[in-house]
Amino acid sequence: MDRRVVITGIGVITPIGSNKEEFWQNLVTGRSGITTVTGFDASAYSCRIAGEIPDFEPTRYIEKREARKMDRFTQFAVAAALMAWQDAGLDKNEIDRDAAGVIVGSGIGGIKTIEEQHRILLEKGPRRVSPFLVPALIANMAAGYISIMLQLRGPNLTVVTACASSNHAIGDAFRVIQRGDAEIIVAGGTEAAVSDIAFAGFCSARALSQRNDEPARASRPFDRERDGFVMGEGSGIVILESLDHALKRGAQIYAELIGYGMSGDAYHVTAPDPDGTGACLSMQRALDDAGIKPGAVDYINAHGTSTEYNDRIETLAIKKTFGEHAGELVVSSTKSMIGHLLGAAGAVELIATLLCMEHQTVHPTINYEYPDPDCDLDYVPNQARARQINVALNNSFGFGGTNATLAVKRYLDK
Amino acid sequence: MNVEEKVKAIVSEQLEVAVDSLTIETTFEEIDADSLDIVELVMALEEEFDLEISDQEIEEIKTIGDIVSFIESKV
Repeated sequence: MDRRVVITGIGVITPIGSNKEEFWQNLVTGRSGITTVTGFDASAYSCRIAGEIPDFEPTRYIEKREARKMDRFTQFAVAAALMAWQDAGLDKNEIDRDAAGVIVGSGIGGIKTIEEQHRILLEKGPRRVSPFLVPALIANMAAGYISIMLQLRGPNLTVVTACASSNHAIGDAFRVIQRGDAEIIVAGGTEAAVSDIAFAGFCSARALSQRNDEPARASRPFDRERDGFVMGEGSGIVILESLDHALKRGAQIYAELIGYGMSGDAYHVTAPDPDGTGACLSMQRALDDAGIKPGAVDYINAHGTSTEYNDRIETLAIKKTFGEHAGELVVSSTKSMIGHLLGAAGAVELIATLLCMEHQTVHPTINYEYPDPDCDLDYVPNQARARQINVALNNSFGFGGTNATLAVKRYLDK
Repeated sequence: MNVEEKVKAIVSEQLEVAVDSLTIETTFEEIDADSLDIVELVMALEEEFDLEISDQEIEEIKTIGDIVSFIESKV
C-alpha cells in the first residue's frame, strides 16, 4: 500500500502577504493586492496593472552576495522555502538529508535575467554578458538553490507546465514520497514574470485585463464583467512529509494530501477545451486517486482566472464532475485578490486552501458583482464564510492544455 | 584613487567583502570566489580600466596583487 503523505509546513511570498498570518488575514477580509505596475514602465502597454511584491527584500533571507546571482523567481522560492522549513520545525542537522528533496515548478523561469542580459548583449557585446546568466535563468535553479541552502540530497526536480507547474510539482512530490523515494519534499512553485517582454507577450495574446483605472477591481473571476487575468508574482512552498516521519517527530499537520489527478486537453495552445473534458478528467482522477466520492468534497479552490473562457469552462467541468453535488459544494478563487501567479499559482492557492481548512472558513471570491448565467455555482462572493471543510480540491490549468488537481483532507489524528 | 584602491573597491563591491579586509596578498580562494565570480570581476575591471584580459591571463590571477600588477603593466 502507498505511504500516506501530509503537509507540515507552509511558506508564502504573495502580493497580499509574505507570511502565513498576514496572507490569511488579507484573504479572509478580501483585500486586493493588485496595483499599477511598478516593476517596469508599463505606460505603453494595454495592461498596466499587476500583483507585485514591491517591498520584497531578498537579503532578509539570503546573503547579498548569493542573492545578486539569483533571478527574482529564485529569490522568491528560496525565501518561501526557508519560511516553510522553519514553519515545519525542521532542523537540517536532525533529519536524514539524503531522504529529503526539492521539487519546485516555474512556468517561465528567469525571464528578467534574460531581458537584462540581452540588453547588455545588444549594447556592449557578448564579452559583457554575465557568467551568471545561464545559472540565473534556468527554471530548475530555484530547486537547485533550495537544495544547496538546506543541504538536501534527495530528488531534485523542476516542473514546467505553465500555470499548472506548481500543482504538478506538489503532485509529483506526493508520488515520490508515496513510493518511498524520499521522506520529505520541499515542494511548490515560483514566478517573477512582471517584466516588459513577458507582459508584452501576454498583452498581445489578449490574455490580460485592461481595467487599468480600477486595479483592485480588475481580477473578477466568474463575474460577468471579467475581461482577462491580472498577472501576479510570488512563491508558495509546502513541506510534504510521509505521515510516519511527521508523527515520529511530532510535527504539526495542516492536512493530508490524498489525491492527484492530471490530464491533457489535446485541444488548443491557449484556449481550454470548450467541453471542459480535460478539466473534468483532472478532477475525476484526483477523486479516484483519493478513493473518495464526489459528494465528499466540501470546497474547490478554482483555477478561476477571470478570463472569459476559463471561468465558464471550469464551471462546466465542475458540474460535469460533481453532478448535483456541484450546487452544494462551494468554490472560490484566490486569484480575485492576488492575480494569477502562473507557475506559483497552484502552490499559493493550495496554501490558501490549507488556511481555509485550518480556520474552517472559506475565503471569498472578491469583485463578484454581476452574475454570469454560464457561471452559476456558489463562488462565496465578496464575504468569507464559516464552513466545515473536510475535503478540498485545488485546480490548476495551463497553456498547452495541461491540467492538475490536488485533493487534500483535514487530518484528525487517524 | 590609485590602481590598487580601485581594484579593491571593485572586488569589495562584486564579492561583498569589506574593503578594509583586502590586502595585496588576499587570494580569491580565501574570499570564496569561484571561477564564475572571477570572470564577472574581470568584466568589471575591463570596463573600469578599458582594457582586455584574455582567458589565459585570467587563469594566472590568484591574488589582488596579481590583478594590480597586471593592470599596471597594461596602462
